[in-house]
Parts: sequence; structure tokens; C-alpha cells
Amino acid sequence: QQNGKPHFYEKPIVESFEEAPLHVMVFTYMGYGIGTLFGYLRDFLRNSGIEKCNAAVEREEQKDFVPLYQNFENFYTRNIYMRIRDNWNRPICSAPGPLFDVMERVSDDYNWTFRFTGRIIKDVINMGSYNFLGLAVRYDESMRTVKDVLEEYGVGVASTRHEMGTLNKHKELEDLVAQFLNVEAAMVFGMGFATNSMNIPALVGKGCLILSDELNHASLVLGARLSGATIRIFKHNNMQSLEKLLRDAVIYGQPRTRRAWKKILIMVEGVYSMEGSIVNLPQIVALKKKYKAYLYIDEAHSIGSVGPTGRGVVEFFGMDPQDVDVFMGTFTKSFGASGGYIAGRKDLVDYLRVHSHSAVYATSMSPPIAEQIIRSMKFIMGLDGTTQGLKRVRQLAKNTRYFRQRLNEMGFIIYGNEESPVVPLLLYMPGKVAAFARHLLNRKIGVVVVGFPATPLAEARARFCVSAAHTREMLDTVLEALDEMGDLLHLKYSRNKKSARPELYDETSFELDD
Amino acid sequence: MFVTVISQAPAYHLILEGILILWIIRLLFSKTYKLQERSDLTVKEKEELIEEWQPEPLVPPISKDHPALNYNIVSGPPSHSIVVNGKECINFASFNFLGLLDNPRVKAAALASLKKYGVGTCGPRGFYGTFDVHLDLEDRLAKFMKTEEAIIYSYGFATIASAIPAYSKRGDIVFVDRAACFAIQKGLQASRSNIKLFEHNDMADLERLLKEQEIEDQKNPRKARVTRRFIVVEGLYMNTGTICPLPELIDDIDLISANMENALASIGGFCCGRSFVIDHQRLSGQGYCFSASLPPLLAAAAIEALNIMEENPGIFAVLKEKCKRIHKALQGISGLKVVGEALSPAFHLQLEASTGSREQDAKLLQEIVRQHQGGGHRGADGRGAGESCGHDQGGSPGGPGLVPEAQGWPPAHSLATRRRPAPTDWASGAVAAASA
Repeated sequence: QQNGKPHFYEKPIVESFEEAPLHVMVFTYMGYGIGTLFGYLRDFLRNSGIEKCNAAVEREEQKDFVPLYQNFENFYTRNIYMRIRDNWNRPICSAPGPLFDVMERVSDDYNWTFRFTGRIIKDVINMGSYNFLGLAVRYDESMRTVKDVLEEYGVGVASTRHEMGTLNKHKELEDLVAQFLNVEAAMVFGMGFATNSMNIPALVGKGCLILSDELNHASLVLGARLSGATIRIFKHNNMQSLEKLLRDAVIYGQPRTRRAWKKILIMVEGVYSMEGSIVNLPQIVALKKKYKAYLYIDEAHSIGSVGPTGRGVVEFFGMDPQDVDVFMGTFTKSFGASGGYIAGRKDLVDYLRVHSHSAVYATSMSPPIAEQIIRSMKFIMGLDGTTQGLKRVRQLAKNTRYFRQRLNEMGFIIYGNEESPVVPLLLYMPGKVAAFARHLLNRKIGVVVVGFPATPLAEARARFCVSAAHTREMLDTVLEALDEMGDLLHLKYSRNKKSARPELYDETSFELDD
Repeated sequence: MFVTVISQAPAYHLILEGILILWIIRLLFSKTYKLQERSDLTVKEKEELIEEWQPEPLVPPISKDHPALNYNIVSGPPSHSIVVNGKECINFASFNFLGLLDNPRVKAAALASLKKYGVGTCGPRGFYGTFDVHLDLEDRLAKFMKTEEAIIYSYGFATIASAIPAYSKRGDIVFVDRAACFAIQKGLQASRSNIKLFEHNDMADLERLLKEQEIEDQKNPRKARVTRRFIVVEGLYMNTGTICPLPELIDDIDLISANMENALASIGGFCCGRSFVIDHQRLSGQGYCFSASLPPLLAAAAIEALNIMEENPGIFAVLKEKCKRIHKALQGISGLKVVGEALSPAFHLQLEASTGSREQDAKLLQEIVRQHQGGGHRGADGRGAGESCGHDQGGSPGGPGLVPEAQGWPPAHSLATRRRPAPTDWASGAVAAASA
């Protein structure tokens, strides 16, 4: 932003989505098949009374009602998810910093119910929380202002923005967000998910077209559906697919009447959380300018974590913030708080102040949370007088590159852009997913594994979130453990292993030097 | 042998077969064509169309003095005495029903939680975002509401808006009161079910609709066997200040959804009911699975508020008494009438006779408010009154929220950016009803 002139992004974008070898896919589907067969068997046993049913059941009086849940809908949950569900919803009892404490829980009946043993597993390395800049830590003196605001203002607000809910803290925060993103104005909301689902309907309606990426988050999809506009999906980060849809939309208009579309809105995310890819912003902006569409970018994962000073993907590609029409983001990930914002030109934000469903119907943000965001943002921008914020952003970039490079060298299949701090490591088979998470917890490393339905059926993965607060030793511990896991579970599927010794690439002769 | 068969067949047979074979070969090799062929535009024409097309501006212009653009800025805590735009007023506008917003115990509990956990949770409930505070709060809420299980959401609006689509899908039928709040409307819209509205608080109308549905079912029993039916009502209607006639309605409730943002002086919402029903939301409630969990300090504040409520059940009687008093005192003001139950802490003041146009009514109410404000009472755009009561509206955003009597409130299923029914407030409703 410093010289203001946008320039075309010259560095090569390195993203990879390597395909697994065939035998892996075969075994994965076989695994699901066997699980399904056993599921049918167990369902039969439960229904005929041979086996005791541990799940909650309908009330007696309601047995002749139409069943609340389709039997098959719950099949996956009952039979496959239930076997491995101890890997999710693990309760913790400390701040979600780089090291945290996990409460130990065991199950006596194969995961139907859990009980806490009372022991706490201390100092588990946290590779799962979205704590990119390490700002979500337990209270220390730098959070003094948050404490003051809490004591002065209390915790709740009990009113909406239009009524008595606009505190001077909110105004301060909005001005700061606008300054951070280098745009004209911003508006903040109490919840990130609700920001999308309540503001997209205010921007587009019937007669408009939304072009949304295949892998957009549930909140974007919900917002698009609630708006009533027509939705068309383009392949993930695929510019040819997007261009084709844009051309068809402009040339042929609405489906039956052939009237022109009122507006076209392209919805993308900055960093996709399940793939680790970064949106191809320069090309999208070029397309948007050519076809006069509007661009809505959801920077939930990329704000604060990509870009030389943490301002998001626009800064990452060195582009002009004026090119993007609607900036949306959340404060949960890099700022260690909660809530969302929408920023852009002043007339956009003014319109949302009047018409957003959230401003009219939903409570505004809690004051201590607003203060925490103000404090974090000032820290990152350097307005608190130190360069600590900038150092953290640089440290995150360094950690990301190191982590990804080492994992690539070990031979795992990693998805995504090499600069994105979200690192998905592919596991594929459901059994390995469970083994991976459990073994690593035994070694005091907390990871997040994701399977169907958040990812495609055959592509279950472990997702690491690198943080600026991770030290080199922590990363090395994790990498060592991953190395051993990889050998134990045979996870090193990659066929494009990069050598760990690049100095041999330029060697011309392999004769021993005398 | 083939040759003998051919020579023995009649001639016309051979000719017919020959023609058919030639026809098949021709069809195989001819070009396929689409049935509805688009008029082939030349590349030049396409480029011209792309050049010429002008979209609407992303947002239509808003007049500079739209009231919503000039929010009332509150400096300082939004408690009983509130500083708005620099002036100190008595607060009749926030939903601070039990006065817990500036309770020192609640603040102390939040501070202790801040010291231990920091502010944010950095993850959804499924991925290390579940803290022991959340599990505690869910337990306490389930005990308080005397149900088996409770589930908390991090935002009040999202609670019911995620709960409804988790159970009701396309093709199911939902009977909902006409005056249901905006969050319920959004939940219904997201669920894509068939919505049947019944007149506000009119049980006879609901029964009529149910009987109609029964007749429909008998006509088509196969479909009836797979359609689920739900009834959605509010405890205390934000749009009218009335309470729903629960005993007439049903003898046992499957799901109660409530909001911690009003009486509980925190942020967030919760659903409670039997485990069979609530557990489903842990995997299919969108606002639960795909959103970060509630910050621990807010959960701790809610737990402390619950403690206070359980220790002094007398405050509910105090609240009821004050509501009755104000309700009585406000009767008989010429030109205005009070709409809402006597024991409801949130109600409307409506114009008795409308001037005929919504804008005129809105201006009149705004003037009433302004004059009130001069005297130090802040009724938030002429909304309801009552000991720290909420208010309700029906006007355009920014305008006074009163519903001009002539028009009634806009129908519940209208796309409601123009209305302003306040956020859901079942917690206070449930509390008020429980103490009744």
C-alpha cells in the first residue's frame, strides 16, 4: 500500500493438491465399506434387541409420531463417527495458547458416553487452535485495558446497534479496523458466522447472481441462500470456470426471461481452511473489472496471518484495497477475540448500518471483547510503540515455511499454498485418522483431524495451524513425532519427495575429489 | 449358412433391412445438435454485450440524515442510568430486566475467567474450543430449566436460527405464530419447510389449521408418514409484549430456546430439552458446528448470573410488581395506549389513532421521545416503558418503533429489514412465566 500503485503479482504461486496413489483410494473406500457393513449388522442387532442400545431414544408417547431423524441420516453418525468420536470436542481447561491443558476423558462404553477422570494432561502442544499470532493467551499485564473496560462497562450490552447498543468502544473499534485495512469505513458485529448470514441478504436479493467458490464456508452458503439470489458455483480457485460463468451470465442474462442481472457478486475466501489454498486474487480482480462484477472476500483465516504486515490477502498480493468491494473478516482467529467485521467504501458501510439484519435485530459486541480487539490491532499495527506485532507476523511466516518444507521433505501429502499457515496433511483412511489423533495425544501433541462431511468422503485429513507463538523446539518436537507416526501408519504417500539436500542439485560430477 | 438364409429370405425383407442398416450408419456419423439451439452470437456481438452491460450500484444511496446513521452513542456502561449522546438519562430501553448488567459479582466472575483463559477461544466446539466453563454452563442451564441437556451458542440470534433448520427440512410443516420474531423467521427461511401461520395467540385458529392438515394427511397417507410437523411459539412475544397460552397449547415441550443476552446480562443463547432432541444439534446446528465457541468470560458471567437468580428468587416478584405498577400508571394517557400483558417487562406504547400515514406516525412518536429525553427519560425512540424493559417496534429502522394502530404489524413472513422486532427474549419470558 505504501506507494499506492497496484502492480501485477510476479512471484509464482505454488499450490499443490497431489493425488494419492490408487491403492490408497481403494483401501479407503474399502474401509468405509467394511464400516458400513458392520453398521448394518449392529443396527440389526440393536433393533432386534440382541444388543443393548446406548443411544437416547424417542419418548414412549411420541413413538407413533413421524420419526424426528431419518434413520439413514444418522447412520453415519451412529456407526462410523461414534467409533472415533473421542478425537473431537476434547475439552480444555486453559487458554488456547501454544501449550494448553487437555482434560482427560475416557469412555467405558465405546464412546457412547464419556467421563472425566479428573486428571489434566498438562502442556500439550497446540497444533489445532486458530491462534495464528499467538494473541490468545492467559491474562498478562498488556491486557490491562481489557480488565479496565470489563470493570467499567460490564460484560453484556442487552441492546441492538440501532437502539442503545452502540457504545463509544464500538465506534473506536470501527475506526481502527478501517485504518488497519486501509479502507474508508468498517462496521463490526458480534459473531463472525452471523456477519455473513445476515449481511449478504442485505446486499443482494432476487434478480442478482452470486458466483461462489466450491469450497466456501457454511456461513457464506447460508447467507447466499437466505438472500434469495441465484447461486452458481465455480470450481475451486479455477479462473477458467469463473470466467465461463461470468461470460454466460453477462451475455445470456437471467435463465428464462433473459433479462439482465441486476448485479453479480463473486464470493471467495482469502485462505480456505480445509485446503490451505490462497485465493488467486490478481486474476479474480482482473476478471471482475472486465465483467463489472462485485467482489466479496471473506478473510476469516487470512486477516492478520498473511501479508508482510498481516493485513490480509490484498497486501499479500500487493494490490490496491480499492479493487475489492466488500471486505469481510472475523476477529476470532488472529486477534484472539470473537466477532466479525465488514469494511469497504463509506456508502457500503452506511447502507449496512441502516439495513443489516444484525444491526436491527441482534445484540452488539460485548465491550471487553471490543477492547481486546482494539488492543490486538494496535499491537499488530505497531501503534502501541513497539515492533512486537510486526515481529510476530514475520515469525508466523517463517514458521509456516519451515513447517511445510519439512513435511514435504518427509514425504507427506500436503495441500495448499506454500505460504498459508493452515497445513492440511492427508490421511485418507478412517482408521488412520483415529490412530493418528490418539497416538499424538499420548505424546502430548493436540491435533485436529477432519473427516466427512466437512471434507470429501475419501480425503480425511489432519489440519495443523501454525502459530507465531510456536518456538522452533516445539515445531521440531511435533515434526519428529509426525515422522514416527508417518512410518508407523504408512502415511508418507507423496511421490514428489523433495530432497532434503538441495546442494546436490548443481553438482556436475560425482567423482570423489582427490 | 448365412448365405443360404439370405438367399431364402423374401426380396422386400432384404431391401428393408438394407435401408435400415444404411440409416443407422448415417445416424451414427451425423453431427448431433441440441434441441434448443442458442442463436449463435458472433464473438464480436458477445464482446459488445459485455461492454454494454451495466450493473446496478452495489448499494443504493442512503440519505445523509437517515436516523439510523446517527446512532445514539452510549458512553459508559448501559445500566439503569445511561449516558446517551452526552446526556444522562434513566434507561428504559435496554433489555436489562433483572438489572444484572452492572452487578459486581457478575463482573468479578468474568474477571476471574479473563485472568485464567484470556479472551478468545480460537476454535469451534469440535476443535479444542470446548472449555470446562462451557460444560459447566450447559450443566447449570439444564438443571435450572429442569431438562436433561442444554447446548449453548455464541450468539443469541443464531440460536433459534440454527436450531430450526437442524430439525425441520424441506417438505416438513411448521405452524408458527404470526407475530414471531425475526430470528425465527430467518430460521424458517433457512429450513425451506412449509410454513403455516396462525393468528397471534389464537388457539382456535391453530386448531383449525391442524384439522386442515389432518384432512390433507388422510388424502395422502404415504406423504404424511414422512412429513414432520412442528409448532413454534414464543414465550414472551417481542412484537406485542404478550405471553403465549402455553397450557392450552401442549402438555410437554420438546425444545426450549432462549437468549442469554437479556436477563442473564451476557452474550449468547442456549437450547434445552431432552437429550434425544438436543444431541442432534451438536452435529447439525450450523451456528454451533461452524462457529467459534462462546468466550469463557461471557460464559462465566452467565453462570454467576444464574447463581444470583437461584439465590434470590425474590427478584422475580419484585420485577412483576414493578411491571404491574407501571402498566397501571401508564393507562389513561390521552392519545397513547399500552399494548402488552401487565406482567410483561417489555411492552409497546401505541398511538391510539393513527394519523393515516406511517411517516407521520413515526414523526409524532419521535417527537414524544425527544421531549421525553429532555426530561431525562430515555425511551429509545418511544418504545415500551417499564422497569428496565425492552421495547418493541414495527416501524422502519431508525424510526420510532411503534406500530401505528391502523396498520397493525407487518405480516410475520415479510422480509423484514424494514421492521424492528427486537431480538428474541425467551429467557425473560420464561422467567416471567415461571414466576407467574
